Amino acid sequence: MFNKILIANRGEIACRVIKTAHRLGIRCVAVYSEADANARHVAMADEAFLLGPAPTSESYLRADKIIEIARNTGAQAIHPGYGFLSENTDFAKACEDNGIAFIGPPASAIAAMGSKSAAKAIMQDAGVPLVPGYHGADQSPALLKQEAEKCGFPLLLKAVAGGGGKGMRVVESMAEFDEALTSACREAKNAFGNPDMLIEKYLTQPRHVEIQVFCDQAGNGVYLAERDCSVQRRHQKVIEEAPAPGLSDETRRAMGEAAVRAAQAIDYVGAGTVEFLYDVDGSFYFMEMNTRLQVEHPVTEMITGQDLVEWQLRVAAGQPLPLAQDEIRIDGHAFEARIYAEDPDHDFLPATGTLRYLRTPSENRHVRVDTGVIEGDEVSVYYDPMIAKLIVWDDNRERALSRIAQALEEYRIAGLKTNVRFLRNLALAEPFRAADLDTGFIEKHRSLLFPQSKLDRDYCLVMAAAFFLESGREGRINEADPWSPFGRQNAWRLNSRYARPLQLAVGDEIHDLRVLDLDNGYEISVGDASYRVRAGLADDALELTINGHRLTVHGHLDGDDLTLFDQGEQFACRLHRETFGESDHQGDASLSAPMNGAVVAVLVSAGQQVARGETLVIMEAMKMEHSIKAPVNGVVSEVFFAEGELVSEGAELVALESTVEEAS
Amino acid sequence: MTVLQSKINPRSDEFRANFEAMSKAVGDLREKVAAIELGGGPEYQARHTARGKLLPRERINRLLDEGSPFLELSQLAAFGVYDEDVPAAGVIAGIGRVSGTECMIVANDATVKGGSYYPLTVKKHLRAQEIAERNHLPCIYLVDSGGANLPRQDDVFPDRDHFGRIFYNQARMSAKGIAQIAVVMGLCTAGGAYVPAMADESIIVREQGTIFLAGPPLVKAATGEVVSAEDLGGADVHCKTSGVADHYAENDVHALQIARSCIANLNRRKPLELATQPPRAPLFDPEELYGIVGTDLKKPFDVREVIARLVDGSEFDEFKKLYGTTLVTGFAHIHGYPVGIVANNGILFGESAQKGAHFIELCCQRRIPLLFLQNITGFMVGQKAESEGIAKHGAKMVTAVACADVPKFTVLIGGSFGAGNYGMCGRAYSPNMLWMWPNARISVMGGEQAAGVLATVKRDGLERKGESWSAEDEQAFKQPIIDTYEAQGHPYYASARLWDDGVIDPAQTRDVIGMGLSAALNKPIGETRFGVFRM
Repeated sequence: MFNKILIANRGEIACRVIKTAHRLGIRCVAVYSEADANARHVAMADEAFLLGPAPTSESYLRADKIIEIARNTGAQAIHPGYGFLSENTDFAKACEDNGIAFIGPPASAIAAMGSKSAAKAIMQDAGVPLVPGYHGADQSPALLKQEAEKCGFPLLLKAVAGGGGKGMRVVESMAEFDEALTSACREAKNAFGNPDMLIEKYLTQPRHVEIQVFCDQAGNGVYLAERDCSVQRRHQKVIEEAPAPGLSDETRRAMGEAAVRAAQAIDYVGAGTVEFLYDVDGSFYFMEMNTRLQVEHPVTEMITGQDLVEWQLRVAAGQPLPLAQDEIRIDGHAFEARIYAEDPDHDFLPATGTLRYLRTPSENRHVRVDTGVIEGDEVSVYYDPMIAKLIVWDDNRERALSRIAQALEEYRIAGLKTNVRFLRNLALAEPFRAADLDTGFIEKHRSLLFPQSKLDRDYCLVMAAAFFLESGREGRINEADPWSPFGRQNAWRLNSRYARPLQLAVGDEIHDLRVLDLDNGYEISVGDASYRVRAGLADDALELTINGHRLTVHGHLDGDDLTLFDQGEQFACRLHRETFGESDHQGDASLSAPMNGAVVAVLVSAGQQVARGETLVIMEAMKMEHSIKAPVNGVVSEVFFAEGELVSEGAELVALESTVEEAS
Repeated sequence: MTVLQSKINPRSDEFRANFEAMSKAVGDLREKVAAIELGGGPEYQARHTARGKLLPRERINRLLDEGSPFLELSQLAAFGVYDEDVPAAGVIAGIGRVSGTECMIVANDATVKGGSYYPLTVKKHLRAQEIAERNHLPCIYLVDSGGANLPRQDDVFPDRDHFGRIFYNQARMSAKGIAQIAVVMGLCTAGGAYVPAMADESIIVREQGTIFLAGPPLVKAATGEVVSAEDLGGADVHCKTSGVADHYAENDVHALQIARSCIANLNRRKPLELATQPPRAPLFDPEELYGIVGTDLKKPFDVREVIARLVDGSEFDEFKKLYGTTLVTGFAHIHGYPVGIVANNGILFGESAQKGAHFIELCCQRRIPLLFLQNITGFMVGQKAESEGIAKHGAKMVTAVACADVPKFTVLIGGSFGAGNYGMCGRAYSPNMLWMWPNARISVMGGEQAAGVLATVKRDGLERKGESWSAEDEQAFKQPIIDTYEAQGHPYYASARLWDDGVIDPAQTRDVIGMGLSAALNKPIGETRFGVFRM
């Protein structure tokens, strides 16, 4: 076995690998970018080396540097994690050339599966069933169109070199084809440097079922059951489970054996995943093979009781597979929910920001949290916005589902948008409980998954008010006279009562509350209703009695912004204060960057006259373009960024002097 | 520490009757205050807010720290004094926290006669300044006033304690390092112009505030120049050209925010020297004071029952408990601050007066603030008392009270008659603050006694002339005197004329005194030097 390895990755997977390696007594070397200097994986490792600036091309994709570091530090093997260099043949090759074990398949196997069309040809030869379609090298649009017609609609256009949903389009009809092809090719070219497309029949109600396979260097192969990853958004997995519900033992065996055949067809070594489309009629088609450890591998670990990273290390060190096929057992049911910084209400757009507040459910034999972040970390534009993976296990699917819903309720994050509430709604949704799965699940059950908040607005405002009132109690003490009655924030008035106003903004809406201080609490009024409230705040937990109703909610206060967590729901509001700048009336807020991102185009220059609504700058953030438009007619006085520069949210991009049309 | 026991029975008829009577008196007080809080009334308030101005109480609320208490002074000023209603004498004054610092706030109410200064407006403004100076409280003037009330100029302008004294006080306080901040939120004409001009820092609200020695009408009359108020003395003129004002505010709220920043930049630290402790509520409900005290001054009560409802944990360490028992003295804490309490429990005898003087000396020696609870018909009279030297014993106590340079607070919880008022730190003895309960009465002697004295004099005169005086005639003579005394001794009458700092709900006494103590402790407690005690 190795005694020192390098982990060429970051985030949760780097932490995950370090955990197992440390258990096996292996020293770990981490690498990091400038943005990750204080990251958890760096802290966990025994040693860590700086690669370079934040962009991946200058850090985690710098194969040369990584190999050099591995050599210098005496690491015997490199674990690539997933993403980054994990499926890069050149890197695997370079490891081999430098006498460093690549903890993954041989370069040849990666290459064989790297091109989807080539992979399909190999699979066809190995007798693995394939979805009808075109995987040819001839990429002339006319031919592709012809093949599309042959395949029938709807169909899927997929980048040959692709992954992660990039360069992928569902085409419903011939009318959409040309446009879809053009944009998919462009995207594929940008993302992978290769515009080539393949065409596949698009199954309307398919499930995504994948088989975990493992092969050792002696050519032995086993499968460790399957995972169902059918629930996807933007063609990316959201929640995964193992085993796949409703899959018969025969099908499991048939798929498993096909998967092992597929792996052996390319002389595979290590952990791999063979993805199948599983149709309603029980038939399955080979989709692709992922030549790495998958994000969702923990669900397999939970039902098999195996540590797949340990398996990887053993196999890479030349040891035989720890178990033979007939020794692998499945026990219970496991789910994995991917907690992302994203906005489910806006088409799951990735979000960035700082994890101002992060509380995770407590881990035990049923609940596991794989994460690479801690409170205070930033989710940046540079890397994947996944915050954590929440994994649960229980005796059966129903109980596991209840557990994950409960654990999600205890997962509290503030500071950026996340999909936690969405995941919880998903876990609670009846069709999901009934395992009525397909890859179109989210679209199909939209109304169920995006319900109106169950929280009562007024009640939330009262809770928020109590949180503000209680948290304001500290910090206003005059230290020279700590117990002065003037320090009691009870709005005391002589011979009178003063119900002080409290304004809470929810989105753009401002709510007027009144607070009357009582001897042991408050009377808080919202509209015509008033509530007798007693409250006590300890850390983030607010214990409340509202009109006799005793409850505990959690909250996080960030300046004037409050996020309350109650029964798996979030309620965000802001303490509204009237503020006045120093006589500056220019409404130029919209000229600042709406989020962290890069400037892709500057369309104006200083001195230029612009009309209201004219686009000044185009930014790209989170793979989306945002146009910054002139709010008024005016003259550009200065442009602060050039094309290609990175900007932070709120940064002023352009200074615009409005040409005021005086109404004389 | 000794914990006071309560012997009252809240179920007794007497308690209930007392409770009802006092509740009624407190209810009446609260009603009067509620009416006064409406200032010039809905019509004038609407006109005021329509101009984009905040009402004066709203200005104060927004000036104060979130949730800060506000100890309002002289709420009943000018109540029933003038032919017309002048609620709160047209100016609101009180103490509250601004940017963590206890400040004196004086706010003109332009909805009351344009915020013009009646004689009692001046008196109230000066009293607020006096308290500020006495307690080293920064002053914030929210100015919105047309200046002196011209028809009453003789009672407003010429004398020492008239309008000019306001600016004298500003200069003297500024000299002592007591910050003077003016926020011009409306008119600031003539003499009023000196409030911002004399301030350490001044703020003016755009298109609302104006500062000028003479307004446009007077300018036109004097020089023929026609100019708008804004051009004559608006925010632009004073912030950009004249430099009379320092800060330019967009509106009232903005101006108040700037005022808060000014206070935040004072670099002040409260020089607290007392050994304070975390406050604890009394063991007994303060509202029980209603049932203990009632409104009938002739009904005696044990003042320890009152003390038990004012002090922390109802803990009271009595001094000389067995000597001069008609005066109760001892140490306690109120809102965590140590206090020495001097409370009447009957008429003052020579022994009780000496005990009082002794106790006051102790407190001054130890720099412990004093609280006087007045319920006094006077010093003992009669041959025996005079021959025992009641006059010199009383004088000792008066000397001690007069010279004591620790913070002093007086609450009239019952009668306040004659020299008893002096010995118990009446207004003339400059307590930091003096408050009255609604049941209290103040006069040189009781109405009955005064009528009796005057009737005796008259009868003697008539009898010398050989005339007779029927009992009916005598009663007819006495009644108006009794009525006058009753009316003039009433707390509203007293408070309207600023003989006190306000009439308070007995149940709020503990808080009022606590805040008074807190305010007073902004100034270091000085060394006391006593005069000659006649032995």
